[in-house]
Amino acid sequence: MRLFSALLERLAFTPARTVKLALLRAYFAEAPDPDRGYALAAIAGTLVLPAARRSLIRDIATARVDPVLFELSYDYVGDLAETVALIWPVREAAVEEPPSVSLVVETLRAATKSEMPGIVERWLDASAPSVRYAILKLMTGGLRVGASGRLAKTALAEIAGIAPDEIEEIWHGLEPPYRPLFDWIEGRESRPDPAGAPVFRPPMLAHPLEDADLAALDPEDWRAEWKWDGIRVQLVRTAGGVRLYSRTAENIGAAFPEILDALDATGEAVALDGELLVLRDGEAAPFAELQQRLNRKTPTGAMMARFPAFVRLYDILFDNGEDVRGLAFDVRRKRLEAWVERVRPERMDLSRLIPFADFSELAALREAARAASIEGLMLKRGASAYLPGRPRGMWWKWKRAPLTVDAVLMYAQRGHGKRSSYYSDFTFGLWREGEDGPELVPIGKAYFGFTDEELRFLDRWVRHHTIGRFGPVREVEKALVLEIAFDAAQRSTRHKSGIALRFPRIARIRADKPAHEADGLDAFVKAYLAH
Amino acid sequence: MKATEWLVPRAEGLYCAPGDFFIDPLVPVPRAVITHGHADHARPDHGAVLATEETLAIMRLRLGEDRAGATQQPLRYGEELTVGGVRLRLEPAGHVLGSAQAVMERAGTRAVVSGDYKRAPDPTCRAFAPVPCDLFVTEATFALPVFRHPDPLREIDKLLRDVKLFPDRTHVVGCYALGKCQRLIALLRQAGYDGPVWLHGALRPLCGLYERFGVALGDLRPATEAAKGELCGGIVLAPPGAIADRWARRLADPVVCLASGWMQVRQRAKSRGVELPLIISDHADWDALLTTCREVGAEDIWVTHGREDALIHALAGFGIRGRALRLIGYEEDETA
Repeated sequence: MRLFSALLERLAFTPARTVKLALLRAYFAEAPDPDRGYALAAIAGTLVLPAARRSLIRDIATARVDPVLFELSYDYVGDLAETVALIWPVREAAVEEPPSVSLVVETLRAATKSEMPGIVERWLDASAPSVRYAILKLMTGGLRVGASGRLAKTALAEIAGIAPDEIEEIWHGLEPPYRPLFDWIEGRESRPDPAGAPVFRPPMLAHPLEDADLAALDPEDWRAEWKWDGIRVQLVRTAGGVRLYSRTAENIGAAFPEILDALDATGEAVALDGELLVLRDGEAAPFAELQQRLNRKTPTGAMMARFPAFVRLYDILFDNGEDVRGLAFDVRRKRLEAWVERVRPERMDLSRLIPFADFSELAALREAARAASIEGLMLKRGASAYLPGRPRGMWWKWKRAPLTVDAVLMYAQRGHGKRSSYYSDFTFGLWREGEDGPELVPIGKAYFGFTDEELRFLDRWVRHHTIGRFGPVREVEKALVLEIAFDAAQRSTRHKSGIALRFPRIARIRADKPAHEADGLDAFVKAYLAH
Repeated sequence: MKATEWLVPRAEGLYCAPGDFFIDPLVPVPRAVITHGHADHARPDHGAVLATEETLAIMRLRLGEDRAGATQQPLRYGEELTVGGVRLRLEPAGHVLGSAQAVMERAGTRAVVSGDYKRAPDPTCRAFAPVPCDLFVTEATFALPVFRHPDPLREIDKLLRDVKLFPDRTHVVGCYALGKCQRLIALLRQAGYDGPVWLHGALRPLCGLYERFGVALGDLRPATEAAKGELCGGIVLAPPGAIADRWARRLADPVVCLASGWMQVRQRAKSRGVELPLIISDHADWDALLTTCREVGAEDIWVTHGREDALIHALAGFGIRGRALRLIGYEEDETA
């Protein structure tokens, strides 16, 4: 547990991905089985333990600590597990060793409710504060380690010198403590066979299309579809189960039970690629509506009725148990159409192919598409096999030209990691008529889009034009105009301005433009939110 | 006459009436006894200043010869002096070089003003000596039972392991210029680290002063004079304000560390953007505060600054009368 708690501590404070990877690699190399397997599960969120009640932890702590001092401390620290880990008064010098990760996991699985307090007290007595913290966080489930499952798998892949996708392909056929996985990546055993498990297949991704690329393409070779603005998903059904995966291999089925039910009802052995969307009046709704569902781990009935989910199908990977990824897109498309025709699945439809004669016709269609649920176009080579990752020259995403608005810089905050010495998070706003004349109302925050040189300019500008400080935030003179590019604007009740931007980024610094000439909120709403 | 009657809390600070002097006054006064050299305790422009030789030297260095008191009088630890109607001596407080408790006696009653203190071992200053008394004046910076400072050498070990794990990065440790900086270096040496320790310019004068008083710190070098690449895998000490700011841009992919008792609380460390928090404090932790308050056997305990609620509540449990002075001006320093 000492190694694991040290890892947790270091991960929690480390912003840089490469450093997190190094820490994870070092941990997996050093920690024994089955500890490291359970640790991997805890990080990846696959460790299922009977949830310990927070009241149990509180009760054993207040039985030993003066309640007034406990409350003062909890109030100061703000986190129950951390407070108990720090405040725990050891009764006598530790006689036992701190428990291992596997002992904690196995005991939590087996112990009865009445045994628990005594067991936990003994563990806490035997441990230092950071180990106590790790134990309590394992118990309460809210690990929040600052590293994702994907990152842990990437670290394992680096140890084995393979692509992370190779681990993804078998991951969902494995269970904690993942011994066959470690045996494989350390070269003792061959790759575990997922057999009939409904595992995730790494998706095929597209490159952004530049106008220069277009000239080299022959329209004959290419198929076009809309790029829908939901989230990319993979639906898998085998004899071993039904799964709904996100693009990053997260199992998100619990949040969309209606999709799982619809998939299961097909009775097919199938793997499908598609876009998860919310249906509104028979049309795909803007992303903001899907966001309502994504925020919940399990939806209420009311949520499901208000924001009904469906999947718009792009591709088929497994058809009646047969791996069709090696076939050409055109062939797979026929198989997909035939499958939909035959099975007639609920809550799924086909992503339409858009007929076109040449790219100028397609470009016109792209610019004319105003629906917020459309991000742009996809171009797929008719002859392309379904290849994991982002192979060149196969699929292109041809996004609509971004929308832009001229806004005024209002606040700035320092970034993280390499940017921790720079003011690199910028809040900007638009003008509106207030009671005392024109006032700025913030409409969004951007922290990318600029070059290193522009960042240095912005950092300097912020330092020289600060008029107020609120903790880490600086308020600046309302004098710098930023051209903000964004993909869509949506109504939002969470923002003072009533709008939220999708993917806002700083397109240009308009140091030449006087602040009072920046855009107004009313005109913005009319232009982008009229429908 | 009880000690609580002749030692008086005033807006300017604690006033010893029979000796007609203040202890660590917050504004310029005619006569001041200074417990230690930190800026919130050793302020400029007093008339007569009495302190240890080390503290006087620190004051001259930091405030300038002309602002460190019109007259300066050194007093050795344990040496006794009669000032007006009070007998005064200084005893080690274990906080920083030269730090002292002011021990005052009058008519068979004794009051001790401890200044800031700690009980953990520190190779750079004399260890705290508990003095039995009737009135004990204490700080309460870390007066919550969640503050139990670990063995500082374990924290140093944590740092050195990290240096090994990331040999291409520079570990930059934020630390207060007086005390924490020199203690960190001494701890590094104690742990067997004999490589160069690179210093931000603001830390150098006090390191020199410590060495003149016989505290050996080994190979110290100015960070600004390091050749390109020399700081990779190195340890740099800098004031906390510099570690996440422009000064740190010269460093190779720095690991930002901060050495402070506050680092025990995760949110405090995270909000400072610290990547490697080191829990090393120059103040008494919860256990040390309680032990000390009971050891000195005082009937009355006054708390100058910090989390006095918790300490006074706990003291009441031992039958000790506590009182919060709420002296405004002693800092809640992030680097304590």
